[in-house]
Amino acid sequence: MAESKQKKFIGRSVPRLEDRPLLTGRGRFAADVNFPGQWAMRVVRSPIAHGRLNGIDASVALAMPGVHAVWTFADVAHIPPIPFRLTGLKALEPYQQRVLASDTVRYVGEPVAVVFADNAYLAEDAAEIVELDIEPLAPVMNATDAPGPFDTMQSTEPDIIRKGYGDVDAAFKAADFVVTLELSVGRHSGVPLETRGAIGYYNEALDRLEMHGAAKVPHWNRDTMGRMLGRSRDNFQLFEGHVGGGFGIRGEIYPEDVIVCAAALHFRKPIKWIEDRREHLISANHSRQQTHRVRAAIDAEGRILAIDNEFFHDNGAYMRTHAATVPDLAAAMLPGPYRIPAYRATAHLRLTNKTPCGTYRAPGRYESTFVRERLLDAIAANVGIDKVEVRKRNLLSKSAMPYTLGLETLGTHIVYDSGDYGLLLDKALERAGWPKLQKDMAKRRANGEMVGAGVAMFVEKSGLGPFDDVRVEVKNDGNIELITGAASVGQGIETAMAQICAETLGVDYTSVNVIHGQTDRIGRGLGAFASRVTVMTGEATKRASTRLRTHVLKLAAELMQADAGELDIVDGEIVHIGGVPGPSMKLADLAKARPGELIAEDTFESTHMVYPYGVHVAAVRVDAETGGITIEKYVMAYDVGKAVNPMLVEGQIAGGLAQGIGGALFEEFLYDESGEPLSVTFADYLMPTAHEVPESSILITEDAPSPLNSLGLKGAGEGGTTPVGAVLASAIDDALQRPGAILTLPVTPQRLRAICKK
Amino acid sequence: MTDKATITLTINGKDYAIAVEPRRTLADAIREDCGQTGTHIGCEHGVCGACTVIVDDAPVRSCLMFAVQAEGKNIRTVEGLANGDTLHPMQQAFMDNHGLQCGFCTPGFLMLAVGVLEREPNISDEDLIDVLSSNLCRCTGYQNIIKSVRAAAQEMRK
Ligand code: FES
Ligand code: FES
Repeated sequence: MAESKQKKFIGRSVPRLEDRPLLTGRGRFAADVNFPGQWAMRVVRSPIAHGRLNGIDASVALAMPGVHAVWTFADVAHIPPIPFRLTGLKALEPYQQRVLASDTVRYVGEPVAVVFADNAYLAEDAAEIVELDIEPLAPVMNATDAPGPFDTMQSTEPDIIRKGYGDVDAAFKAADFVVTLELSVGRHSGVPLETRGAIGYYNEALDRLEMHGAAKVPHWNRDTMGRMLGRSRDNFQLFEGHVGGGFGIRGEIYPEDVIVCAAALHFRKPIKWIEDRREHLISANHSRQQTHRVRAAIDAEGRILAIDNEFFHDNGAYMRTHAATVPDLAAAMLPGPYRIPAYRATAHLRLTNKTPCGTYRAPGRYESTFVRERLLDAIAANVGIDKVEVRKRNLLSKSAMPYTLGLETLGTHIVYDSGDYGLLLDKALERAGWPKLQKDMAKRRANGEMVGAGVAMFVEKSGLGPFDDVRVEVKNDGNIELITGAASVGQGIETAMAQICAETLGVDYTSVNVIHGQTDRIGRGLGAFASRVTVMTGEATKRASTRLRTHVLKLAAELMQADAGELDIVDGEIVHIGGVPGPSMKLADLAKARPGELIAEDTFESTHMVYPYGVHVAAVRVDAETGGITIEKYVMAYDVGKAVNPMLVEGQIAGGLAQGIGGALFEEFLYDESGEPLSVTFADYLMPTAHEVPESSILITEDAPSPLNSLGLKGAGEGGTTPVGAVLASAIDDALQRPGAILTLPVTPQRLRAICKK
Repeated sequence: MTDKATITLTINGKDYAIAVEPRRTLADAIREDCGQTGTHIGCEHGVCGACTVIVDDAPVRSCLMFAVQAEGKNIRTVEGLANGDTLHPMQQAFMDNHGLQCGFCTPGFLMLAVGVLEREPNISDEDLIDVLSSNLCRCTGYQNIIKSVRAAAQEMRK
């Protein structure tokens, strides 16, 4: 059979389909959605971290012209608490959040009432004069304090997660050395540039309740909020527009989402809520904050015999949709790319009077990679070998793949599907010019400069199942409509899906119109999280497109009086294979001839995740006077199995790096001892700017395609972020020539100056 | 509540007669009273730069200016950058260099960069990075934004 002349799109850095509306101001973000006659909603939030809510007086606010209503707990008492989406544990259920506080408040920023008014300015004026009678109680601010009562009945420690395998105690007995560290990661989060927003709209004619401004997991949120509000799939729909950055935190069900829907239904008025930045910083999910007490048993050569890790996860005041996801992932993914014969993790879930937590890009891996890689550096220092050598001695070999770790997370067994960790380490070190870098640094140090280099390795995970559906159709104009239950958070999924569909089907990728995030267009879908879309939706797209191609060729064969096996689709035109002369037919004409028939649907199911892996290398200069850190060199190597669009993959990795640097050096939600948040504006929550993010070198490899899907895909969304804290800590240690100096992230200038003075 | 003032805002060459309270920000007026939602609001306290528009040839943060202060001035927003279907060189460069992901910060960056390059076409690289560091982007890690602006600067000098 002759070669198909179809164009290749998979693996090419084609420009994004998403860009034009975003570049011309025609994006449609949540705040851009308006309905005639809408009311604005403003949330009245607790100014006190822990207290008894004795009363709310809204009479003055209610008397203001243009103010329509003020809701308190009594108005929403019939709405159950917000349930878990992932990793729900029975013991955590009493800690779920109600949409408005009832009799106690547990963090500054907790919604206690909502005001509905003609416009946002008025609503804000009114919210300011709603009077709260709150009797303060002592706040719990440290997750490492001994567990005690949280409020009247509950404990500050609702549960402990234990994971492990092998005989840890025996390994510690047999060890030549034991290395012990206490490490902590600060509280920071996604902080997308677009704040949250939700617009509830009740369409009376259709008896349909709608929520606009959905993101991430629209189908799950529709079903769940539907249950909370007594609506069914047929009369409640969610709509996603443009989304100004997700990073894990956006699109989980928050109290405000539920209230706008309930209010739209109750008042029969469109209800619009747009969060301001202060609200975002105190009320959207925080993440990361953990303290680890970790020990490694090693032999005389620095080989790991066992790791025992006990850690404390500060989850803030309530268990939100993710429940135990972050500590669970931290516990399960701590072993990373190394052979660890025995392992034990004990994760204490702790409640404090701070903003509740959820996931943030590389959840549990940013933290556990910091811990594991600090441990590897400490082992190297302990036995007197260098940091590359200690990693080589402990790495899992290529022949060990697929590797069953013996741990579970997110409901699946961890089985590293494929990988050649040693090869990637070599490639990364080569790209970084490691031997020369070492020499240069040593010379500069001899001249009094504080410079140093670090290396960190990690295993990521992606492609969480269990399924994804895709429907593709050739429309009458010859364009392709691809409908998926995935969601977009700005990562370029429309383009990536269009590329897979276009190449498979035989059309140009610009003719593929990808529709996502609309619950009324496809029955089920799992949305966008955990770097799952390219893998799950990508494979489903490939399957649906293959099915459509077969179907199209069969229909065309009848009309063209040819054998389907002799036909090909090239650039949207059905032709004879290999350019054999003969009649041809445009897809559009076939679609017109067989209206509504050029359609196919398929599903991809998977019970296992896939495991991309990476290596970061960094070189830094420390200024002991200011405590400032300059990143002089940054190399990221990441094996993604197969890059559908390398430009987008690089974009993800570069963007991830900036967020990793934020968490490593700048970003932290701080509180005073009364529980008052201190990071409430962008002037005190410091995110990296173009100054702080260095030019980086990105090496994408495809050495270990995943055997679990036909394209070999592994997700690429998180590997730019995962090891950044670890590698910068390693490089700073080296610059200071003090192994183990960095035990806490972020390494803010204040912290670093204090370390330098010691 | 405060009384409303009747003013006329000139945005991308078009006049909008609107009635606003004196405390209304220019950002809100542009977005809500004039319907030009391409200008975004990320912080409302002057740090993120998402709301950047060009007022009388200078990039300004429209969340820090009151609408009444902009009366009689020439306001340019992202909607006015392209010439029909032809993108402005800055927009084209952002597309070619993958200078945006979610696109929320993008209008602010475009207006900032265009405003600065129009005044100072030969700006040094160091100064350019200085200027760009005044806006925040949470998605791209900035390198592609810098690349885009450099490419557009060359194009705009032609
Ligand atoms: S919204 Fe104006 S600077 Fe952030
Ligand atoms: S592209 Fe998302 S904030 Fe810049």
